[in-house]
Amino acid sequence: MSETITGSEALLRSLLKENVDTVFGYPGGTIMPLYDAIYDHQKDLNHILTRHEQGAIHAAEGYARATGRPGVIIVTSGPGASNLVTGIADAYMDSTPLVIIAGQVSTRVLGSDAFQETDFIDMTNPLTKWGIQVRYAEEIPGIIARAFYIANSGRPGPVVIDLPRDVQVGKMEWKGYEHCNFIRTYEGRPKIEKKTIEEAAGLINAAEKPLILAGRGVEVSGAEDLVKELAEKAEIPVASTLLGLSVLPSDHKLNKGMVGMHGNIGANIATNKADVILGVGLRFDDRVTGDVKAYAPDAKIIHIDIDASEIGRTIKPDLSVHADASDAIKAILPLIKEARHPEWLKLFKKYDEIETRKVKNPVLNPPDGSLMRMAEVVKKTSDLAGKNAILVTDVGQNQMISVRYFQFFSHRSVITSGGLGTMGFGIPAAIGAKIGCQDRTVCLFCGDGGFQMTMQELGTIMQYGVNVKIVILNNNFLGNVRQWQQLFFNRRYSQTPMLNPDFKTIADAYGIEAEDVMTREELQGALHRMMKSNKAYILNVNIDPYEMVFPMVAPGRPIDEIMLDEKEMLDVD
Amino acid sequence: MQEKKLYTITIFSENNVGILNLISIVYTRRFINIEGISASTTSIPGIYKTTVLSYSDRETMEKVKSQIEKAIYVVKAFLYTDDEIIFQEVALYKVPTKQMFKRNNLENIIRTYNARILDITPDFIVIEKTGHYNETEMLFKELKSYDIKQFVRSGRVCVTKDPVEHLDAYLAKRDKDFAKMLGTKKADKSK
Repeated sequence: MSETITGSEALLRSLLKENVDTVFGYPGGTIMPLYDAIYDHQKDLNHILTRHEQGAIHAAEGYARATGRPGVIIVTSGPGASNLVTGIADAYMDSTPLVIIAGQVSTRVLGSDAFQETDFIDMTNPLTKWGIQVRYAEEIPGIIARAFYIANSGRPGPVVIDLPRDVQVGKMEWKGYEHCNFIRTYEGRPKIEKKTIEEAAGLINAAEKPLILAGRGVEVSGAEDLVKELAEKAEIPVASTLLGLSVLPSDHKLNKGMVGMHGNIGANIATNKADVILGVGLRFDDRVTGDVKAYAPDAKIIHIDIDASEIGRTIKPDLSVHADASDAIKAILPLIKEARHPEWLKLFKKYDEIETRKVKNPVLNPPDGSLMRMAEVVKKTSDLAGKNAILVTDVGQNQMISVRYFQFFSHRSVITSGGLGTMGFGIPAAIGAKIGCQDRTVCLFCGDGGFQMTMQELGTIMQYGVNVKIVILNNNFLGNVRQWQQLFFNRRYSQTPMLNPDFKTIADAYGIEAEDVMTREELQGALHRMMKSNKAYILNVNIDPYEMVFPMVAPGRPIDEIMLDEKEMLDVD
Repeated sequence: MQEKKLYTITIFSENNVGILNLISIVYTRRFINIEGISASTTSIPGIYKTTVLSYSDRETMEKVKSQIEKAIYVVKAFLYTDDEIIFQEVALYKVPTKQMFKRNNLENIIRTYNARILDITPDFIVIEKTGHYNETEMLFKELKSYDIKQFVRSGRVCVTKDPVEHLDAYLAKRDKDFAKMLGTKKADKSK
């Protein structure tokens, strides 16, 4: 039975058919017909009005990363659309499924530089998985179905739908909705080749020093438990990328932490000593590999990735498995022989001991009376946050320290801007994560710089009563750039010191409870009050302004060339 | 740096608005100039073929190819060097009739270069020549002395020397996948 409705109504019905219950957005001229239809759907569609379109898209990213379902964004044309560009780039790099619906001027004036017209599809082509302009109202259900299929299958990513005003008001016959699960020119789930799987298993079985590198792809395909099973069966240590940190619980005996520039020493050293590396759903990006020529010299690398263009893009693998991570691991598992690698695991023990002594202890247990260190703040927060907490970070030192010292016990517990490194990601992403996962504690760590990039979203927190715990690690510096200036630019602190506002007063203006934490003695009490509160809470924690993140591999250097502090390099034998 | 060579990438895609942009941005991003390009329909209904020429090294071009393949509308892309394909270009030359007749050499040119005459008017003659770059270039050099007014060369078209039709095989596989999916869907519904 068909029924005549508007394009706007069809779009909202289609979203509901895709089980969308929350959208993030901001109205404006060309999208007004759709917003008028949203007015009739307030009961079944939760629209979160952010304070800036960038806030909407980062919130949708946080939502998508926490739930695994596509984040949906609705904005107007022109500036509304162009304000999304950073978020689209961020989502594309970090494989975050998003469906973006942007208003557009009417088709008859397209190309005339009409008011608030931008060529949004072409602007975003290098950053999206798919972009399409809708020309007729009746195309809407089919396009929405394709958009959701594309956004959340294969390697997930952002999809842009450009929706001219006349299409929103155009009439169409609603004939029901059909989900999309096949596109001839696109393979969402490549078939596994038996021979490749056997070869992979053969390499792993023969390895004496095997290492698993787990990336975001493990999370995307829900392969966390399979990776764990594989690791346990053959006693293979697992190191993760920034976005793979919650694949194994932090306290799992085979979890060897993070690889890369600020990764754990054992994990990085092991990369260059391993004889077989099984990379699952990671891009081997430059922050992970350091100097590619000196990367994993002794290892046969098996690279599992669902995105064929990532295989061999930076590191040429010895064996490539173009597949969904869970499909691949599921197929490999039965072929893996039980094994033990006690000698190999000793290596981690040795370097963990060095890292604890040289790097962790000094920042976790600094002397009384000294300035607060970021790591102790993070660790104490993590201890109080509970095992189901989600860590959201902004970008910079706050990010590296919080991922290093926060403990993860549940899947999908790290939400951070990895590939793009988007400052200002934190506040909105935390909002989205909390809205997506009401039952989980969401802790955000950000710096004073990143906080101010999107602090207008405190308004969103206020309006919707979003219970996020925000810790500003405040050093009155753009800390990460300052660290590089200190290390590589002769301490010439060009444009990194910052005069900050009174963050507590700003929070007060939004009716959000906040405290300044000036000394170590005040910290524990403040953290307790924050965690006990059932509302949003902000702690402005004054930390040592000259603290640096270590260990560190200088950019472009081999991954086993590790700085323990400003003066001492790690001795590797 | 690896030595730069001329590579041909052929891209089979659906014929949708914006496909050319999706292809060209992959080149732009790596600052690779497109030396020649041609696009047309193919023997397969709904499938469109774009042929792009550029100078680069094999490793880079393989990455370009697989990034082009990432576009949703793209079915497959293939990377070739000149020895793997039969290729052709077409060139048109517009020469003043007066100049041509003055030297009385037209027949000789047409025979020597295996060219064709498309049109003759009191003002100009249009000559057509198909061939590889160097062949059309040679005729251009010859006609320069006749005060040539316009010269244009098309992008390359090519077919493979490979006896296997990889695209057909791939599309057949996808059709089979689709039929299989419909089958399971029906089975789901009947449950």
